[in-house]
Amino acid sequence: MEFLTTHGAALFFYLFAVLALVSAVMVVSLRNPMYAAFSLLVTFLSMAALFVLRHAEFLAVVQVFVYGGGIMVLFLFVIMLVNLHRLREITKFVDHAPMAVMLALLLVALIGYVFLSVAFGPALVSPAEFVSVEGEVVGNSQAIAWQLYREFLLPFEIASVFLLVAMIGAVVLGRET
Amino acid sequence: MPRLLEGIEDVVGATLFYYAVSPLLKIAAALVVVLTLIAYLTLAERKILGFIQARVGPNRVGPWGLFQPIADVAKLLVKEDIVPQQAIKWAFVLGPCLVVGPALVILAVIPFGPPSDVTGGMGWHIADVNVALLFVLAMATIGVYGLILGGWGSNNKFSLLGGLRSAAQMISYEVPQGLSLVVPLMMAGTMSLNGIVQAQHDQHVWYVFNYWGLGLAAFFVYFVAGVAESNRNPFDLPEAESELVAGFHTEYSGMRFALFFLGEYANMIVISAVAVTLFLGGWLPPFANQSWAGFLSLSFLPAGLAGFIWFFVKLLAFLFVYIWFRGTFPRYRFDQLMTLGWKWMLPMALAAIMLTGLVKVL
Repeated sequence: MEFLTTHGAALFFYLFAVLALVSAVMVVSLRNPMYAAFSLLVTFLSMAALFVLRHAEFLAVVQVFVYGGGIMVLFLFVIMLVNLHRLREITKFVDHAPMAVMLALLLVALIGYVFLSVAFGPALVSPAEFVSVEGEVVGNSQAIAWQLYREFLLPFEIASVFLLVAMIGAVVLGRET
Repeated sequence: MPRLLEGIEDVVGATLFYYAVSPLLKIAAALVVVLTLIAYLTLAERKILGFIQARVGPNRVGPWGLFQPIADVAKLLVKEDIVPQQAIKWAFVLGPCLVVGPALVILAVIPFGPPSDVTGGMGWHIADVNVALLFVLAMATIGVYGLILGGWGSNNKFSLLGGLRSAAQMISYEVPQGLSLVVPLMMAGTMSLNGIVQAQHDQHVWYVFNYWGLGLAAFFVYFVAGVAESNRNPFDLPEAESELVAGFHTEYSGMRFALFFLGEYANMIVISAVAVTLFLGGWLPPFANQSWAGFLSLSFLPAGLAGFIWFFVKLLAFLFVYIWFRGTFPRYRFDQLMTLGWKWMLPMALAAIMLTGLVKVL
């Protein structure tokens, strides 16, 4: 009991981290796109669990709601509607292999740089610190709103304009001419 | 009862009691209440439909047919469980579980009664999460996978089409439903369901009557979208008998079929419970600020129980409306359903948010 109360969070972290990594590998290794899609869903849900362990409840629930509930359902929709038997025989991405390797290396370098330059640790940010706004303790969602609308308003607005452009683009492309 | 709980606490220790025993007891209580409610809801539905259609309804098993749900459960449990040979086994098995599970998980954040500072003892909720409103939405979306998996895993054209339809319907109605919840969120300024009920108490208004009809508009959008989300009449297209046999559960039988059924009723209860909490004051008694209505607060009962009774009465009213819908509305066509969702509900919810913001600023 003593062990569980002190190390419970760490145990859950390793459980969900392993789950996220294994299912992420399965997304690209499984032949059946339906299984791949469900592996991706497991990855998303494990990520949400990791967010909960870091006391980012808002982010966790949004992860489940947006990625789990919205985007994955649309993926499944498309997979169920297209003809999968013909898709399976096509070998993809072979021509792009050098480019893909380059991009992958770049990504690994970027992540590695962040990993080495930032001091990681389980107790880097205490939950109390995370939910405080000007010394006052508020809820998780208020803390995020404060960050988004005060500290990072410009990047936030730029991102939202990008999304709007993409949305209008999708409507224009999807319209029958 | 309190003495019994204290006894348990003494035996297992305070840590274990507050982190394991007390939540587990509450979960068990909530499940027993809700599952019994579901069982008798099926009977109530048949009785009320019978009344609407000038029939008697079930009246053979026990007095007034009161043992009918027990007989139904026994029948479903002993029925042969058939898994089609060509079915994808894991999806076929997982589908019904994914419909029931998330619906019951939402019960964890719903305040069935006052929190601990009103009752003086235990709060009438399982978990007070500060993002409860989003949690409700997120869990409701997970339920879609159950229908998709069940429909796809059955390896049957009717099932697949039913599953696809339900996915399309639920995605479409999640959007206005989520947006309509923003209105009470803005009125209360918190996402905790306990906090929203408390705000309604402090502002002396149920949010359905707040801001000159804006609350009513949001409530309307929420409830209509909720009826569509739970696949009930007049939006029960995923299981339209005349076109799709039984939709996503065509191949299911016995207890697995019962799980889909259970999920549908659990969803009805959850959507009604959230509507009661957000728009109708949750466990608050009506006319709480009027002196003549003081007796409505049921002060002769313990505060927790009185709150729970009001919550339950409001919940039952919603469930009656659900059944009433089924008895009176014809089913929508699929294109009508989509038009209603995207061209009417969505703009209405967006307008309600804008106007609420305007009223709040002015």
